[in-house]
Amino acid sequence: MSSEIAPHFSSKDAVVCRGVGKTWAAGTKRAHEALRDIDLDIKPGEFVVFLGPSGCGKSTLLYLIAGLEDATGGQIWSFSDKVEMPSPERSLIFQETSLFPWLTVWQNVSFGLAIRGASQEERRKVAAEALQRVGLIAAMDKRPDELSGGMRQRVAVARALAMRPKVLLMDEPFAALDVQTRARMQDFLLDVWRDSGASVLFVTHHIDEAVALADRVVVFTSRPGRIKTIYPIDLPRPRNLFSREAETIRIQLTELLRDEVDRAFAEQEAFATPA
Amino acid sequence: MAVVTRDGEAGVAAGASRPAAATRLLGSRLFASMAGLDWLAKVWWTCLSISLFAGLWELCWAMGWADPKLLPPPHIFLGNIAEQGRFFNTATRWQVGTSMTEGPSAFESVLITGAATTARVFAGLVIASVLAIGVGVLVRYYRFFDRLVLPTITLLSPVSPIAWLPVAIFLFGIGNAPAIFMVVVALFFHMVLATINQIDTVKTNFINVARTMGASKPQIYARVIVPAILPGMLQVLRMNLFGAWMVVLVAESTGVGYGMGQVIMLARNTFNPSLVFFTIAVIGVLGFAFDWLLRMAQRRILYWLPDTAERLRVL
Repeated sequence: MSSEIAPHFSSKDAVVCRGVGKTWAAGTKRAHEALRDIDLDIKPGEFVVFLGPSGCGKSTLLYLIAGLEDATGGQIWSFSDKVEMPSPERSLIFQETSLFPWLTVWQNVSFGLAIRGASQEERRKVAAEALQRVGLIAAMDKRPDELSGGMRQRVAVARALAMRPKVLLMDEPFAALDVQTRARMQDFLLDVWRDSGASVLFVTHHIDEAVALADRVVVFTSRPGRIKTIYPIDLPRPRNLFSREAETIRIQLTELLRDEVDRAFAEQEAFATPA
Repeated sequence: MAVVTRDGEAGVAAGASRPAAATRLLGSRLFASMAGLDWLAKVWWTCLSISLFAGLWELCWAMGWADPKLLPPPHIFLGNIAEQGRFFNTATRWQVGTSMTEGPSAFESVLITGAATTARVFAGLVIASVLAIGVGVLVRYYRFFDRLVLPTITLLSPVSPIAWLPVAIFLFGIGNAPAIFMVVVALFFHMVLATINQIDTVKTNFINVARTMGASKPQIYARVIVPAILPGMLQVLRMNLFGAWMVVLVAESTGVGYGMGQVIMLARNTFNPSLVFFTIAVIGVLGFAFDWLLRMAQRRILYWLPDTAERLRVL
């Protein structure tokens, strides 16, 4: 196996993708290519946003990096370990609430520790720490259905943090929230990110979100998903999202994305029109 | 049941002497106090529902539409419990040298018979659920087991319990065993398929969360899949409870010495409609009580589920 590992990646990088591709239902009639030739290096502690039209495969790449799905081409490493299956070092946070409704908030947060057979006191202690960091210590003994959508996502973040991940993977985590809550959640996430020192890979189709959060924006082409360009954002933090520079970035990203959305639309129309 | 109706009528009659507004106020106050005591309201509505049904039947009798010999109304078939109860003494009636007057009293006979049938339903339900959930989980857990077992289970699921009746008697002769076997065989196959269906509909995110936390396959089954399918499984259990009650009568009517099924058969053979309806009433009450217990258990076990019926009530 070791002979397969290509020499050309820095082992210090949080995530390294080389020629990664994914074809769903490969070898069948319904086969379709979601991702092609992804080369990507993500530094430790970096905040990277995946931006692209819906269905471009950006979430698929996140699942591949998490190890929940197997790539059909290329290879992925994380801190010099080849990604072959899920690991607590790479926590994934989903768009939809994924808290277990039968557990209390603190039990949800310490689920990963329970899996490892940690004692009740230790689990409660770690859960309390993680909930402290997301400002929800008071909700410790509540059940998920007693919380609002934003609070639930904060609990999900706490659950991920309790595993002390080196990479935080986020699949449109704030998409279901209202605009005001989302803005607050972005600030909250930046605080968490600074404290934890983890790399964050954040999938979204909102340009504003990318401008608010990213060190670098990876812009995807529509099907099959490829990296169109990697756009660095050097705005100092905390960011003024209404500054002229932010506006310029927003316009440029919109231009980059518009081509892809147009192409996706044309493809869909061609697909829907009988030959 | 009839008493409740009378009380209701009496209340209205008393109110009629006062101004109409006062009656309405009284009514709304009565209603509000019941909303506060939720369970009392439920009892009230249950009684009302049953007495309405019984009242219609009585009306048909009073109007001469229902022949009391064929469709005796509730006050006839419930009127003389002691008389009816005698027939429940099937346990000793067939024994040589035992006269019909010996043995337990009429009331005791009804209790013994009811308890025997209930026990068979309960035993069958427990055995069937444990087996079915076990097999269902194994089918999804081991692909090998799935391929080996699922075709046969699917093949046997459409077979009517009636077809199993001779098998039950061949295998277990006469007694409790064939009745319990019938309940198990009637529920098992469907419950296996229902379990598999429940497992398949567990949210992928739940499983993915557990996987990213480093959970192993047994841990995912024990800590995620089983709690996630529990609500659906209890619902399946409740539906199958009624199925169990239906099947147990069929089994008892042939193979077993005593039980509700025997009483129904006796009533049929002796052309005793009163006894038929009395037995139906007893079965109804037992089944209702059983379902109520199960719902209570459901509420205790599934503390995390919101009251979904509340959502539709606002429409």
